[in-house]
Amino acid sequence: MKPADMLRFSIRSLTGFRVRSILMILAMSIGVGAVVVLTALGEGARRYVVNQFSSLGTNLIIVFPGRTETGGNLPGMMVGRSPRDLTLEDAVAVLRSRHVTRIAPLNIGSAHLSRGRLSREAPVLGTTHEFRDIRRLEMSQGRFLPPADPTQAQSICVIGQTLSRELFGDQVPIGEWLRIGDRRFRVIGVLGSKGRSLGFDTDELAIIPVASAQQLFNQPSLFRILIETRHRESLLAAQDEVRRILKERHEGDEDVTVVTQDAVLATFDRILRTLTLAVGGIAAISLGVAGILTMNVMLVAVSQRTSEIGLLKALGASGQQIRNLFFAEAALLSAMGAIVGLIIGAAGILLIRQIYPAFPAAAPAWAVVAAVVTAALTGVGFSLMPARRAAKLDPVVSLAKR
Amino acid sequence: MISLTGIERTFRVGDQTVHALADVNLEIGAGEYVSIMGPSGSGKSTLLNIVGLLDQPSAGTYELDGRDVTSLSDEEKAHVRRDKIGFVFQSFHLVPRLTALENVSVPMMLAGIGANERRQRAAASLEDYGLAERMDHRPDQLSGGQRQRVAMARATIMRPPVLLADEPTGNLDRASGHEVVSLLEQLNGSGVTLIVVTHDPDLGQRAQRQLHMVDGKIDTDGIRQTS
Repeated sequence: MKPADMLRFSIRSLTGFRVRSILMILAMSIGVGAVVVLTALGEGARRYVVNQFSSLGTNLIIVFPGRTETGGNLPGMMVGRSPRDLTLEDAVAVLRSRHVTRIAPLNIGSAHLSRGRLSREAPVLGTTHEFRDIRRLEMSQGRFLPPADPTQAQSICVIGQTLSRELFGDQVPIGEWLRIGDRRFRVIGVLGSKGRSLGFDTDELAIIPVASAQQLFNQPSLFRILIETRHRESLLAAQDEVRRILKERHEGDEDVTVVTQDAVLATFDRILRTLTLAVGGIAAISLGVAGILTMNVMLVAVSQRTSEIGLLKALGASGQQIRNLFFAEAALLSAMGAIVGLIIGAAGILLIRQIYPAFPAAAPAWAVVAAVVTAALTGVGFSLMPARRAAKLDPVVSLAKR
Repeated sequence: MISLTGIERTFRVGDQTVHALADVNLEIGAGEYVSIMGPSGSGKSTLLNIVGLLDQPSAGTYELDGRDVTSLSDEEKAHVRRDKIGFVFQSFHLVPRLTALENVSVPMMLAGIGANERRQRAAASLEDYGLAERMDHRPDQLSGGQRQRVAMARATIMRPPVLLADEPTGNLDRASGHEVVSLLEQLNGSGVTLIVVTHDPDLGQRAQRQLHMVDGKIDTDGIRQTS
């Protein structure tokens, strides 16, 4: 029997039993589609978080004052001491490490911004020139804080787009004066739109030199030091060195916390990957159900067609040819189910992207492959079993069956 | 041509063993016209099925064209059925979703004959059986007599030397029955060995050689006296 004939004969029997074929394809495609869409959701959540973190750069170390311990009380409290401040000098000292390329000290507070009659509250960030490179910020107008001695206060500021619009309207803000708290600052740049990243909405942010912020908020301790290492590989070495330098400067007390961006990212990555797997597992159950449905339909189909199998044998078909025919039929059904399922999945993902454009929903390749392979295996496997049994019967037995 | 020696066929029904065929010995030569008659349950259909390799004897040997076919593999049996034996059933056994032309083509398709040759041969055969107008009809669009003629076209398309018919007129009215019988006899006239199972005495008596079966045994084996 020629392969083309086998294929044609199978297609004829698929179209001959239309309802059965459509049911099978439907069951299969819903299973495959569910796996694709659900894992796409999980993967989308993971990518979303990873993107948020990578916007900060992945070879990043973050230092903040105090030890994070699970004891519930600060270590200093027991000996009547509060943790030492994290100072600008500490930040500059970190640059001694050969693994460190850039640092950006951060000071943050909330202040009243006003210009003429317009005013509003906004978060104010004190930092240095390097912050722009570390955070990969875009400028839409003017320039960022110029390189300068971080201990020098300057009356200049960079503002976010929302602030620019609300305080200056359509006017170009560059060169204008802005009152922040009780001081005046000259606007030298407007940030590009980057949107929300790690809880900071850069559109609503005002950035001033770190020394100015220390004066403005009367807060000599830094909120954070962002440290960029030479490359990813030197991250751990740099982390150790930063810890050692700061310990040295703090008279042997390790009263700062040094975390890597990577560690935080890896944790999130792990959590979300597990989530995707769990969701994928749930979807796989529906695929399994589809497989069992396929088996039932196929079982009925084969017993319905037992007399046809007997007839084919009487006309000269061997058991092998019968099995091949059913195999071709099941393979066609499964392939069609998988294809329709992938289309359903793609449509679902498209829909999610339409509704939430910021959410990067995309099915991971392993999930797509696993879904298709499972569909093929269940479809073909479950339909071969009854066919194999039917092919073994003596033609006279199967012919007599109705 | 067909040589059965000591053929037995037993079935288990519950804890009883039923002998459908008991020690059947039979020789049929090429070109013979044989009818097998007998009451229901006498084993005549079982005998035909064994001759047609649709069923396996429990004991005994069956030689077809001098070749022992009882011990053949599934694949080899399929080839023998395809090339040597044509079957005509009481209930036609056409594939309902295929057209007359496609039904006739099935044995050729199983044999791996190309689509063009299949179509030509099937069409020519259907024309011979007076079904030129009905080639693209499905079985449910054909009358009983037409269906049986399609089945005969299919049974003979591989030009088998042996044609087996199990109650070929059982589901037909008299007129169509006569038509089918005369077609079968024409084939026999052209040299095909014809074996017909029937309990219709009128049909049975037309054969040159008539077997009567009772309780799984051949009771009488008579040659019709030519008058």
